[in-house]
Amino acid sequence: MVNIIKIALRNLLRYKRRTLLTSMLITVGVLAVILFSSITGAFKSLMIGQITDSMLGHLQVHKRGYVASIDNLPLHLNLGPKDVEKIEKVLGSLDGVEAFSPRIKFGGMFSNFEETTNVRLNGIDPAKEVLAAPLLSGRFLKGQAGDTLVAHGEILVPELLAKGMKVKLGDTVVIVATNSDGSVNAATFTVRGVLDAITGPGGRDGYIHIDDAAALLRITKKEANEYAIRLKNTDTLDETTAALAAALSGELNKKGMPKYEIHTWKKLSPFSNIAKMIDVMTFFIRLMLISIVLVSVMNVMIMAVFERVKEIGTIAAIGTRPGKILSLFLVEGLSLGILGSLTGTLVSLAAIVMLKINPISYDFGRQKGLLLSPSVDMGEIIVVFLLVVLISVLASLQPAWKASRMEPVEAMRHV
Amino acid sequence: MSLIEARDLKKTYHAGDVEVQALKGLSFEIEPASFVSFVGPSGSGKTTLLNLVGCLDKPTSGSLHVAGTEVASLGRADGATFRGNNIGFVFQDFNLIPVLTVAENVEYPLMMIDCCSGRERRERVAGLLEAVGMSDQAKKFPGQISGGQKQRVAVARALAGNPRLVLADEPTANLDHETAFMVIDLMKSLKEKRETTFLFSTHDPKIVEEAEIVYTIEDGLLKGFEDRRNGNG
Repeated sequence: MVNIIKIALRNLLRYKRRTLLTSMLITVGVLAVILFSSITGAFKSLMIGQITDSMLGHLQVHKRGYVASIDNLPLHLNLGPKDVEKIEKVLGSLDGVEAFSPRIKFGGMFSNFEETTNVRLNGIDPAKEVLAAPLLSGRFLKGQAGDTLVAHGEILVPELLAKGMKVKLGDTVVIVATNSDGSVNAATFTVRGVLDAITGPGGRDGYIHIDDAAALLRITKKEANEYAIRLKNTDTLDETTAALAAALSGELNKKGMPKYEIHTWKKLSPFSNIAKMIDVMTFFIRLMLISIVLVSVMNVMIMAVFERVKEIGTIAAIGTRPGKILSLFLVEGLSLGILGSLTGTLVSLAAIVMLKINPISYDFGRQKGLLLSPSVDMGEIIVVFLLVVLISVLASLQPAWKASRMEPVEAMRHV
Repeated sequence: MSLIEARDLKKTYHAGDVEVQALKGLSFEIEPASFVSFVGPSGSGKTTLLNLVGCLDKPTSGSLHVAGTEVASLGRADGATFRGNNIGFVFQDFNLIPVLTVAENVEYPLMMIDCCSGRERRERVAGLLEAVGMSDQAKKFPGQISGGQKQRVAVARALAGNPRLVLADEPTANLDHETAFMVIDLMKSLKEKRETTFLFSTHDPKIVEEAEIVYTIEDGLLKGFEDRRNGNG
């Protein structure tokens, strides 16, 4: 085999310009795929991180039917004290769960004593919320998150609402809400901070303390209507979801249906569709790479066989078995693939390092100045490398087979 | 026992609708360690006969035994193995592999038949290059040596696998007269030293003079036989 590799490499060096051009073509293809995957991967990670860590969490648990009517923020689908106790016990026992935060989400009226508008609010336990949605404290455009994030009697107002209602830090505002019995209640709050809007559901909600929310809605026992859950490792999303579903599956409602529903961020955020589109685009870029490698390597190998017909006849005549002739050309194609792929990988790594040193700044929706710093995905690099090598061998198969089937006499007559 | 035994050997080609009878029933025997020449005009069937003996082609009918094997029945892979182990070839155009050095060209058939260790191969190659007077050119590539030198390398390559038979189709056709005689003398001396049978075709009457046994082929038939070893014709 060593001898076949040696001869194959010499044959590649024999046509230096052609080998160089083909390798460069493969290099450009590999560079395009790895760079595209790295940048889109970084974009996906950043956006998913923004969405999950700022608001959604990786998973959410609600009472069955809540998400379908989430636009109404129904209070009659709140999780009662027994549900809360059960869910918190299960979440506390799951290895994959890093943190969870109970929320009381509700709609109300927001008044600055001059104007009134509607608002969506989240009653949160600040200590738990910062663990489940750690980027929330980074969304403060005005004010400080501090240690408490939001204390009793304080409110965090979304930026657009603050602008529209002309409220400033320290202003007193009134929140009016209707509780589950239909009666109305109101409370005053001091503006503790103004929050940056983020893309996705809940990105333009306000926040108050969960105790304040309970008092405003006249909830006397421990209730919530949403649990946001943060995982230790996002790779375990499906696994943890399944474990959680299994642990909660015993709880049935009066209709005999599961009492709770569990949703991953993918189901809750429209960004998951953008992420899927990115995956589809990556697939097509890979397909282009496959085409480039297939066409270029096959072209080179067909030429190599065509130009060396007499030589093939000679080596067959002096006792080279067809299998070895086949191997000789396959190794040539393989070497071309490895050469192009290695160069492409090295150039890609260099490009990624350059982009890490000089990250790309971009805006997404209302989010300005996001920094895109592509990372090296070793799995992607290995997949691309193996794909190119495999396609190179496959592209060489037909010319190599043709060479191995040549009749020595006819081949040696070839001019 | 004969090294080559041909009985009523026929070969017919089809060129479109036209049928060409290249060999019309040849029978002959060649003993080991012979220096044999097939002579005849162009198109007489010399190359076809050498191709059949060298397992590069199959006869249409008749039987052909080489080194005790009925070569007509060998498949593609077995034929290649048989050639690698039993037959060496010297071609009119030398047919050296341009990407390999002189030494590597000689070593090539040994690598292809997975013969012996690397050290043994190198020793054998060194011995052959010395025998053909090409030791000092071992590291050169075919493009860097003359035609005569190329044919000497081709002879060394043909002998690399210690074959019992070397087939040479017009080995001197592309050489000047002096070099042609040098190559024939080289083949002859190697035949004496190694007891290898050399079977070559030519249409050069002066080269024919060097052969011990001469078969004359005309129009696909054996027209003459001359054995000069004992002065018999």
